[in-house]
Amino acid sequence: MTSYHAPIPEMMFVLKELADLDGVSGLPGNEEATPDLIAAVLDEAAKVAQEVLAPLNQVGDQQGSRLVEDRVTTPDGWQDAYRTFIEGGWNSLAFAEQYGGQNLPWLIATAVQEMWHAANMSFGLCPMLTQGAVEALILHGSPELKDRFLPKMVSGEWTGTMNLTEPQAGSDLSAVRMKAMPEGDHYRLFGQKIFITYGDHDLTENIIHMVLARLPDAPEGTRGMSLFLVPKVLVDEHGGLSQRNDVRCVSLEHKLGIHASPTCVLAYGDNEGAVGYLIGEENRGLMYMFTMMNLARHAVGVEGLAIAERAYQQARSYARERVQGRPIGVGAGDRASICHHPDVQRMLMAMRANIDAMRALVYLWASALDKANKHPDREERERHSQLVEVLTPVVKGWCTETGNEIASLGIQVHGGMGYIEETGAAQHFRDARITTIYEGTTGIQANDLVGRKVLRDQGNAARALIAWMRATDVGDVAGLGRAVASSLTHLSDATDWLLDGGGKNPRLAASASDDYLRLWGVVTAGWLLAKSASAAERSLTDGDGDVEFLNGKIASARYFGTHVLPHSAALLRAITEGAEASLALHPELV
Amino acid sequence: MKILVPVKRVIDYNVKVRVRQDGSGVETVNVKMSMNPFDEIAVEEAIRLQEAGRAEEIVAISIGAPQCQETIRTALAMGADRGILVETEQDLEPLGVSKVLRECVDRESPDLVIMGKQAIDDDCNQTAQILAGLLDWPQGAFASTLKFSDGRVDVTREIDGGLETLSLLLPAVISADLRLNEPRYVKLPNIMKAKKKPLDTIPIEELGIDVAPRVSTIKVEEPPARSGGIMVASVEELVDKLKNDAKVI
Ligand SMILES: Cc1cc2nc3c(=O)[nH]c(=O)nc-3n(C[C@H](O)[C@H](O)[C@H](O)COP(=O)(O)OP(=O)(O)OC[C@H]3O[C@@H](n4cnc5c(N)ncnc54)[C@H](O)[C@@H]3O)c2cc1C
Repeated sequence: MTSYHAPIPEMMFVLKELADLDGVSGLPGNEEATPDLIAAVLDEAAKVAQEVLAPLNQVGDQQGSRLVEDRVTTPDGWQDAYRTFIEGGWNSLAFAEQYGGQNLPWLIATAVQEMWHAANMSFGLCPMLTQGAVEALILHGSPELKDRFLPKMVSGEWTGTMNLTEPQAGSDLSAVRMKAMPEGDHYRLFGQKIFITYGDHDLTENIIHMVLARLPDAPEGTRGMSLFLVPKVLVDEHGGLSQRNDVRCVSLEHKLGIHASPTCVLAYGDNEGAVGYLIGEENRGLMYMFTMMNLARHAVGVEGLAIAERAYQQARSYARERVQGRPIGVGAGDRASICHHPDVQRMLMAMRANIDAMRALVYLWASALDKANKHPDREERERHSQLVEVLTPVVKGWCTETGNEIASLGIQVHGGMGYIEETGAAQHFRDARITTIYEGTTGIQANDLVGRKVLRDQGNAARALIAWMRATDVGDVAGLGRAVASSLTHLSDATDWLLDGGGKNPRLAASASDDYLRLWGVVTAGWLLAKSASAAERSLTDGDGDVEFLNGKIASARYFGTHVLPHSAALLRAITEGAEASLALHPELV
Repeated sequence: MKILVPVKRVIDYNVKVRVRQDGSGVETVNVKMSMNPFDEIAVEEAIRLQEAGRAEEIVAISIGAPQCQETIRTALAMGADRGILVETEQDLEPLGVSKVLRECVDRESPDLVIMGKQAIDDDCNQTAQILAGLLDWPQGAFASTLKFSDGRVDVTREIDGGLETLSLLLPAVISADLRLNEPRYVKLPNIMKAKKKPLDTIPIEELGIDVAPRVSTIKVEEPPARSGGIMVASVEELVDKLKNDAKVI
């Protein structure tokens, strides 16, 4: 397994040229986030990622987290790494100052998260889940609950979890059965949650679970769910720890990947019932989950990008070292390293171009979130919030599907050694596999895009976003401007089909939704890479920047424009002419 | 005790250094720069002394282009209290650097100067020694442990034959070796706070000293590429090759 090297120049280029870092730094409240500060933050985060987290990735995979009696032990080195992580203040990077956070933009948090996940995705999941729980508490918790729990969750002294899934309730959370019985100022919870990431561990002395459950008189379905805060160890009014709550990890799943990240079955209320505190109002739990889902889904999109970057670094270094055969077209020269074979070179270029594309999309989203939150102008806030809404399922769905393809290519570049665990390429492939499943499968993302983001508002937000992309001057380096223009037409035609034809038959719209999500991914990424190539060319003309680096940007955009962007035509056809073909057989006969 | 820590901005140790096309030096444009790793050790040691209650103030100083402010900010984020940039666009030699530092010592009156034993760009390993000479202060170069007691510091030095311990009277100049300590990871809140710590800039001309170079660089070139090895069939052939081809025995 190779070490990880944070690609800071690549990150800075995307931050500046495609994600409007200057604009984000200029937002009210972001005055601290000056370019020199951001450079210092990225440099230091890179050190922690490279020197502390990355070396534990393979150990974590081999040892995994273990359940001994009713306690989960993390792999060797995990506890020290977590301590370094929180003592460094990294857990609190993007949270508001009033809760003890550092108040940095989500855009910067995103770049830093990319490093954590690339270095060690199993580790990165722990602060990622804490972030979700913190968001839920900030947005909907009472002042008392915030006072009691937030500071330690923001600092990372306590971690957080999300408890949604039950055996009969996965994609469809309306089937949740966990019971919550009122008792004085709190509730008692009874039931079982499964698949809970970092549901138990030995990194901190307390864990704060966010749990979806039903009150005895709650209506059926999605309108009957409430959200509860359930600490692993009860906390008194002064913030001190008292006794163990009635929640236990009863087993750990054996998984394909992310072995170090404990995936727990949690039993609530085997005895007197687990004490829980209501977040917000009764029966509004699912709505609260939705308000924080954007960030959580984006974070999984970041994982797709990150794991692809790690797989690429691994493949690139192997391809430069492994000697095999003579490169074609060079005559009877010496045997050469495999990167000289055109097909291996193609695979590396595919990896690189798709990574550039994902990074652009993921950072653009984060920049839009910062603007949606903080822009002084209401219209700008609304425009960016629309972008966030429409692109959330695209970032989650497309970047994780692409991340899987890239991790698979990473193995292919290695040949046989890629299939051998010791090399490390296989771990990235196995770890990547979960990203298209949790936080809503790709199918659920596609439903969200088509149903909630396009059909529900008659396509207004989607069409506005397409119009905005059309109106942007992306230049025409390597013919990318023209390629993007025709791909935008494909996207707009597919949207029209959904709104005017396919969408009238919900089964057809649903059957086309995955292709439609991919179409969005390919077109928005292509649009961003066209801008990227133009920015690189501008810098080259101005003689400003590293020539090799800038040429690399143009080359990867060109690859994307000729190899990936043309898929938009095929996807349009699959959507408009193929949606029915998928449904040709009886569901139980396919 | 007041401690002065000189910090140098150098090409990051991860970067593969390239020679400029015209052979006038190495390429530093668009190259990642960071604090000289040995200087980081020096800063770390100063901070540990402060945390142990032995030092009241730590002043980080850098000499060079305005971008050296970033290097000083790193020292401030690690824990130094304030910074001084002596600004110059000229590349100084160890003698010039030492003269500038002597001026700063005169202005600041520290009890101790701790610096890296050498910078990883030119590997000179001279500045601490020259500075001690100019100041007529005791010097402890290549320190791997420091022990302070009333007005003295015991310096354990890594020398060819092993370890040597010197007892120096303060004020003194110390240069840090690799094993003196392991620098900490900078904490995110401290990176933010570092922006608010004082950092003064002094144009080098203001010091009125002669820093003109004494050495002229004629040409910088890449070391010759290693040619591929060969396999020999026997020990006899090896000896023969070493004798007759390589002419080393
Ligand atoms: C390692 C791991 C960690 C996890 N961590 C957590 C956690 O921390 N907290 C938590 O609450 N949960 C967690 N989960 C659960 C995860 O979110 C669910 O597994 C996921 O949402 C899918 O639900 P399911 O497994 O029940 O699959 P199902 O819902 O049964 O889905 C099976 C298949 O049917 C498809 N499908 C289902 N419904 C629809 C639909 N309406 N339209 C189209 N297709 C549909 C899906 O796309 C999928 O292909 C984790 C899971 C794993 C494996």
